Amino acid sequence: MSHFISGGISRCTTNTKHKTSKLILLVSLGLGYQIAHAQASLTPDMGKLTATGGVSQVEGAGGGGLTPWALITGYGTRDSYGANIHYTQANTQDYSLKTYGAAIGIADRVEFSLAKQEFTGSLAPLNALNLQQDIFGIKVKLAGDAVYDQAGWMPQIAAGVQYKRDARIGGLGALGVTSVKQLGAKDDRGVDYYVSATKIYLAQSLLVNGTLRATKANQMGLLGFGGDKKDQYQAQLEGSIAYLINRKLVVGAEYRMKPRNLGVDNEKDFSDVFVAYFPTKNFSVTAAYVQLGDITIFNPKTQRGWYLSLQAGF
Amino acid sequence: MKNLLQSSLAKFLTIAGFALCASFTANAQTMDKDDSIYQGLGKKEGITKIVNDFVPMILADQRIAHFFSKIKKEEFSELLVAQFCELAGGPCQYKGRDMYESHQGMGISNAHFNALAEDLQIAMEKNDIPSSISNRLVAKLAPMQRPIVSK
Repeated sequence: MSHFISGGISRCTTNTKHKTSKLILLVSLGLGYQIAHAQASLTPDMGKLTATGGVSQVEGAGGGGLTPWALITGYGTRDSYGANIHYTQANTQDYSLKTYGAAIGIADRVEFSLAKQEFTGSLAPLNALNLQQDIFGIKVKLAGDAVYDQAGWMPQIAAGVQYKRDARIGGLGALGVTSVKQLGAKDDRGVDYYVSATKIYLAQSLLVNGTLRATKANQMGLLGFGGDKKDQYQAQLEGSIAYLINRKLVVGAEYRMKPRNLGVDNEKDFSDVFVAYFPTKNFSVTAAYVQLGDITIFNPKTQRGWYLSLQAGF
Repeated sequence: MKNLLQSSLAKFLTIAGFALCASFTANAQTMDKDDSIYQGLGKKEGITKIVNDFVPMILADQRIAHFFSKIKKEEFSELLVAQFCELAGGPCQYKGRDMYESHQGMGISNAHFNALAEDLQIAMEKNDIPSSISNRLVAKLAPMQRPIVSK
């Protein structure tokens, strides 16, 4: 059996394009082993406490609105699994960001997510702007438990990757731009790596998260990866703090540092204040006021506006 | 004469000062035990009301009812009141078995543990306990996951 598996893995890894496949295969095998040992139920147990799967962040991973958290998405406990779909819309004065996707959390240990981002403009000369990006995410919980570890200092820690690929760049025909590389980006695909630490201080009704992300992505990847100004991985810090008003209602604030790789974009940090409501374990709605900074040198106005996200699942 | 009065006054003030100081310290020592959760739950009366809502809930909760098929309702409720009261910093003493012993071999999972915690949260909500107090009690119960969950 092990010969068969290692043979399969080596065949998979002969080509660097299949590095992702190898990672997924290994993670799935590890999970399969854990689930088999835990005599997991094939039916979702919806066993986590309300709100403890977080919501869907703009790149599709489980967490807050702007940044991934160490929580594994969905309501499946370590003996089961959970999954959800989400739709998010953020509108500022001159731009609109729509993201939608699906995610699954397995054995409260591994999370896979798939999301599409669509970024459009409404103000000339970017009024026909249409950028699209696909993001595939994997997150693995490494240690700790945000809910049960109330007595100690240990947070829940998870590590993740986000494989990003620009799918479309439209509306810049007037500038003769048909690829992000023409805007100064070095690549139209890239990988973000992150580590998140999340702690819930139940006695203070507080949730705190810190995420450290290594990225080359310009505006999360919508404007490509790496740039004419800088083309190397940089560490970015992201943080969230949330107050648990009650079992179903959370308010909070987030901050996300951004790199500045492109000459055409003095990229700014993102921030928001949000309220998330979890009426049942099948549905949540998050409303936020976001600040996205000024986006590209073609528009110096600091972008602010409303964000609404819906998540449905189990 | 004046000197005698002065020194007596001085002595009196010193002794009074020590006495006051001692009484403050004594009060502080009894106030050291934080019973704010106990007060927030409505003291023993309040905890009893919560438990009286909580026990029927778990007996009716299809996720976990089967674990309680052999309990004696009154005895069980009394033990819960004592346990919550003590955890909340109240003047009670839980005299039941420890959490490991009383749950050993039952095959309790995280989902079961969470279901019970959720029922308790709902019972507290029903009794208008502020979330800040409810969360503080749950924070004290969270470490019990280790000895209780065996699956």
